[in-house]
Amino acid sequence: MSIVVSALGYTYHPGTPLETVALEDISFQLEPGQWISVVGHTGSGKSTLAQHLNGLLPPQRGSVEVDGIPCRKGEGRLREIRRIVGLVFQYPEQQLFAETVFDEISYAPRNWSCPEQEVERRVRTAAERLGIPEATFQRSPFHFSGGEKRKIAIASVLAASPRYLVLDEPTAGLDTTSRKELLALLKELRSSEGLGILLITHDLEMALEMSSRILLLHEGRRFFWGTPDELLPELTERNAVRLAPPDILALSSRLLSRGCSVPLTWDWETLANALNRDPSFILRKNEADECAS
Amino acid sequence: MRFLNHMTFGQYIPTESLIHRLDPRCKILATTLLLTGIFLADHAVVYILWGVALIVLAGASKLPIRMVLGSARPVLILVLFTGLLHLFFTDGTPLVSVGPLVITREGIRLAAAMSFRLVFLVLFASFLTLTTSPMELADGIESLFSPLVRFGFPAHELAMMMTISLRFIPTLLDETDRIMKAQIARGAMLDQGNFFRRLQSFLPVLIPLFVIVFQRAEDLAVAMESRCYKGGSGRTRMNPLCWKNSDSFALLGVALGIVLAECADRNLSWFVTPLL
Repeated sequence: MSIVVSALGYTYHPGTPLETVALEDISFQLEPGQWISVVGHTGSGKSTLAQHLNGLLPPQRGSVEVDGIPCRKGEGRLREIRRIVGLVFQYPEQQLFAETVFDEISYAPRNWSCPEQEVERRVRTAAERLGIPEATFQRSPFHFSGGEKRKIAIASVLAASPRYLVLDEPTAGLDTTSRKELLALLKELRSSEGLGILLITHDLEMALEMSSRILLLHEGRRFFWGTPDELLPELTERNAVRLAPPDILALSSRLLSRGCSVPLTWDWETLANALNRDPSFILRKNEADECAS
Repeated sequence: MRFLNHMTFGQYIPTESLIHRLDPRCKILATTLLLTGIFLADHAVVYILWGVALIVLAGASKLPIRMVLGSARPVLILVLFTGLLHLFFTDGTPLVSVGPLVITREGIRLAAAMSFRLVFLVLFASFLTLTTSPMELADGIESLFSPLVRFGFPAHELAMMMTISLRFIPTLLDETDRIMKAQIARGAMLDQGNFFRRLQSFLPVLIPLFVIVFQRAEDLAVAMESRCYKGGSGRTRMNPLCWKNSDSFALLGVALGIVLAECADRNLSWFVTPLL
């Protein structure tokens, strides 16, 4: 029971002047209850990878298997894969179309031919999880704010009761509170229902905080695959792939340089390397004075 | 599957080629001449010559012929519909009859001629957009229509409208692709059932698309107004258009090719039956 990606490769517009290798030799595994973050700069292949996990793109090279079902064109089981893997696109609020919030959330379970009673139950459960009150069920989804629309869109994916959830930049454009609420919900879904979560993000800080493993992509290739603890010592090199270390590390170093006690998982040298600084800078008094001023 | 990746119509493909370097006015005039030439063609042999010209143009533009041919896909249904209409509803010498439908010799010729014309029209027209950026195209159209400005013709506005339309074709195709994928990921079956069922299942794609289109139009209007856009009067250009000798030669070459094709078309009637 897992999503197994082996030596996956994909090229857009092969054999034309627009040919772009989006993915090359990507391998990893996502198990239920696991949280993987896929990190990379724009154009590194993150969204292409997400579409492979849901059967929207069949692999050109390598393979993708979802709970033992191969994701192949003409296999006839792609709908089954889409039922198992819920995919939340970037800006999902732009996919809303129904007349009422209820119809919008019930779109996926109805497409999977759920009985009407079951549809209603799923809609209520998903709406409750996302904090959408029942009183709004008969209102138009277009009358809500951006953040609320996104909640409705995510609820419509959750209503299909997927085993895995793939989210493409779900916090993009959200305010801090909505962002925190959404991440807390995902954390809860993962622990209470054992959902396997694959989160695509630019935000390295979020990835380091939430994930059990991180996949770092650069120009369509796997640049790093490991735990957050293993990623930090690599960050200096990662700067070459245009990923800035999280602000919290810079803050930690400044606090340390002022003599504050900061609990750290990593040693000094690792932290200084991650920030592209001379390891001895923290110990230098003039640096401390400069920070203090 | 990338659902709409075969849609190349209206897209600009930048390559370093002779055709790309030509002045946009030259390309617009040449395309107009080519389209006229296609309308004048009556014989199958001349259509084959146009096919050869298409391959030569693709080579000179450094564009894969598959990509050029792909631009005709959006009109294939229209071509099929037109072809069938002419095939079954043209009077003449009956060849085959299927119930009330009669296929005539003239019907076959007319269906073939109209289908070829439509396909070649789209293919040659798409060369213009494939090899000319929207900005160049707008500049070219504006420049060609500029003599009419003194009679009150809105040359700049027309060029701007055309540019925006062309510029947004690929963007809207991308948006459509994204929305289709989002709905398919939620279990939509867009490619199953009869025509009406498919039409109905496309509503979840069309409604968000319309919302996005109006939103984009609004954003664009606000962006243009906030940058003090006020039409063409008094605007200068960063890269003024420059007509070179190569443009004159290219245009002359196209004109000569059309004259030769037309001569061949007229003389062929001595020994080949025309399609029309």
